[in-house]
Amino acid sequence: MVFWRKKRNASEQEQEERDDKLLHPSREPEIEPPTDAEEPSLAHDVREVPESGVLEELAETPVPAHTRLSDAREAEVQREARAEEDGGGWFSRLSSGLSKSTRKISDGIGDLITKRKLDDATLEQLEELLIGADLGPRTAARVVADFAQGRFGKEIGEQEVREALADSIAKILEPVTGELTIPDAPKPFVILVAGVNGVGKTTTIGKLAWQYHVNRKKKLVIGAGDTFRAAAIEQLQIWSERAHCPLVAKQVGADAAAVAFESYEKAVEEGADILMIDTAGRLHNKANLMAELQKIVRVLKKRDETAPHEVLLVLDATTGQNAHSQVEVYRDMLDVTGLVVTKLDGSARGGVVVSLADQFKLPIYAVGVGEGIEDLQPFHPKEYARALVGL
Amino acid sequence: MFESLGDKLTGVLDKLRGKGALTEDDVNAAAREIRIALLEADVALPVVKEFIERVRERAVGQEVIKSVTPAQQVVKIVHDTIVETLGSETAELKFATPPCAFLMVGLQGSGKTTSTAKIARFLTDKQRKKVLMASLDVNRPAAQEQLRQLGEQTGVATLPVVKGQQPVDIAKRAMDTARKEGFDVVMLDTAGRLSIDEALMNEAAEVKKATNPVETILVTDAMTGQDAVNTARAFDEKVGISAIMLTRVDGDARGGAALSMRAVTGKPIKLMGVGEKWDAIEPFAPDRIAGRILGMGDVVSLVEKASETVDQEKALKLAQKFKKGQFDFNDMLTQLQQMKKMGGMGALMQMLPGMGKMAGQLEEHGVDDSMLKRQEAIILSMTKKEREKPDLLNASRKKRIAAGSGTSVQEINRLVKQQMQMQTVMKRMRKMGMGKMMGAMKGLMGDKDAALLGQSLDPDALARDMAGLKDEGPLGPNPFDDMGKGPKGLPPGLGGGLPGLGSTLTGGFPAKGSGRKKKKR
Repeated sequence: MVFWRKKRNASEQEQEERDDKLLHPSREPEIEPPTDAEEPSLAHDVREVPESGVLEELAETPVPAHTRLSDAREAEVQREARAEEDGGGWFSRLSSGLSKSTRKISDGIGDLITKRKLDDATLEQLEELLIGADLGPRTAARVVADFAQGRFGKEIGEQEVREALADSIAKILEPVTGELTIPDAPKPFVILVAGVNGVGKTTTIGKLAWQYHVNRKKKLVIGAGDTFRAAAIEQLQIWSERAHCPLVAKQVGADAAAVAFESYEKAVEEGADILMIDTAGRLHNKANLMAELQKIVRVLKKRDETAPHEVLLVLDATTGQNAHSQVEVYRDMLDVTGLVVTKLDGSARGGVVVSLADQFKLPIYAVGVGEGIEDLQPFHPKEYARALVGL
Repeated sequence: MFESLGDKLTGVLDKLRGKGALTEDDVNAAAREIRIALLEADVALPVVKEFIERVRERAVGQEVIKSVTPAQQVVKIVHDTIVETLGSETAELKFATPPCAFLMVGLQGSGKTTSTAKIARFLTDKQRKKVLMASLDVNRPAAQEQLRQLGEQTGVATLPVVKGQQPVDIAKRAMDTARKEGFDVVMLDTAGRLSIDEALMNEAAEVKKATNPVETILVTDAMTGQDAVNTARAFDEKVGISAIMLTRVDGDARGGAALSMRAVTGKPIKLMGVGEKWDAIEPFAPDRIAGRILGMGDVVSLVEKASETVDQEKALKLAQKFKKGQFDFNDMLTQLQQMKKMGGMGALMQMLPGMGKMAGQLEEHGVDDSMLKRQEAIILSMTKKEREKPDLLNASRKKRIAAGSGTSVQEINRLVKQQMQMQTVMKRMRKMGMGKMMGAMKGLMGDKDAALLGQSLDPDALARDMAGLKDEGPLGPNPFDDMGKGPKGLPPGLGGGLPGLGSTLTGGFPAKGSGRKKKKR
């Protein structure tokens, strides 16, 4: 019984030695940064797929009654209210929204300067007031430096301080003024709406749909790409009914890219001008979820090389400096073409858009200023800046 | 999420390293940097100011200890001040005689509904409570439907929806139902509201009056900016909150909002949401979070998570093997699978001290859980014998395994190398024991370093230093202290290091702990 101990032949021994070398490196092996990873698996592998497909039960779910008539009435009332406000429209609306929040910043300036020399202490206080509005320490410093130029050491009144500050801020914001214009071709014009969780993507789509369909008589199709969150489809369905647009939805847990593809088909079939695609909220640092978004884009490109024609990133005005990271990652991964800032009717001032404008130069297409269907307004930098400093 | 702030502060404090004593200039330089770092981390301005003042006061003057460097000194002071601001211990949820109500309030889109379901599931699983969820959100389209679906998904009871009922009435009905049907806790999920919306804030106050909740939880997004202060204050004044829950902590926001809200309201942050799954909810532990803010990692969380997920029996078996100095592919497989259970590599890395930065880099390089998956596939393609006796692997076996697992021979070699290294570590550890290992470490360092280490490890000197301080040391409680004794000690299953990282961590935790001492110096 020695056969298993018999001498190995030469080639086997060589092989053994080679293997040995592999197994027992002579020196301490260094940390190898492993670089050969696979493509991250897509989100639907990771996420738990909810089992219920409950669209049919929607009828039983109580929602605020939104009839065609009541929506029209709501829009009418909103329009009238806006017409009554002097100066008309966006500025006064935003001011009233911002009044609570800006009171503090403007009171601050009021306390600060009645009429005295502009010195370092005053400048520091100005800087802090801007930081308090979420401009971020660096942008605040820049705006204040800009403001101080040529004014340092001079006597200056409160009104002048505000005007000058507003001018400085508006100067930064002016390059990012933009309107979401829909050209006649290509058809359908594809708008992809993305953002982190809870910023108001679905609501924004509802408002946009209303704006383009009811106010500008464009033909719209909406794709319910949020197949993950519970009742997201139902929520969008209610909005699409309010805006009288057809909705393409699949069951919960379906592939979002498939929804996008099917809604594109539907849009072509209907001869729609615009296709808007909702997506599930996702944190920008989740690589697999971001890859899912890229898949949606890839799938759309199969039908139209130029699609999506606009990629809107929705930002929450209450978000602080993390908005930078959001915009940066979303822009790199998804070629974001414009921003929508929501929840500007609260006490948050959304000052981070100033530093975003400075850094990314992405146009701000619209701002959300309420829960009503008409509460989506174009962005006016001058008026925003003035409202921000309480003018 | 908190790593970035930690990185920032570490950067600031590195500049101070190597200086003899803490001068006022040092402190001012650090203070400026800390101020910017905190502001960029979205800590509210008034809070930052107060924070800096406290740090400055402490830093210049009597609290300078001779045996530590100025940088350490500042780390310690900043750490303590953060902990102090966050509150110094974990706060548990309160309960009262059933049925007791939990009222969830917050801005739109802060994550109330999801958090409601997570808490309900958490209470059901961990505290064995019978929970009923009810949605009072009659504003947002399909909000009630959302909670109903979440109830189905999590297996928690929800209050049947009655069309057109108003929030206060729904709340009352929920309480009645709970009384009749014997629920312990009623979770009341309210509509998102702006803090300046008087009508809705009054409505929330009314609901509170009608249900007398034992906890009123303000749900806030970790990404919130300066406005966190206004929101927290407004909700506290108008509705009256008893706790705060921080959501989206798994994002990369630095979470300064946590510091701000705690400072302004004085209300404890009790919970945080850390992912999209139902069990992605954790108790908020201020000292751990402060550690994470400073880039020191979150070892305690890791240990707790490990002890939860790691199969105790398997761990025991492993421990015995380790004692013999063995570590074969079966052990490695167990570890890989446990790692996967614990949320994958990224989640683990984020919890390890000093690894916060690395987690990001690894992700950039595409190292993620797919690597774990492949390694697992490799081991699963081995025969039982090969797993037990790694020495058996020769070229043809490797080729077979590569084909079977869809990988390459190189990858298998790499895995084998890791296994060998771990085996070596095991053997060395068995031979040495902790005391000798420290000695070996001293040998590795320069004389001066060793002397310093000796000094900081000298029990007398330490005792002297610590007499004036409240807790265990400049870096807070040492999570490795209770390794052997408590139930929270690190299960041996994890002791062998993390296989996916190869030689990065082969030292395992004991070595890691001493490595930290090294860094501390």
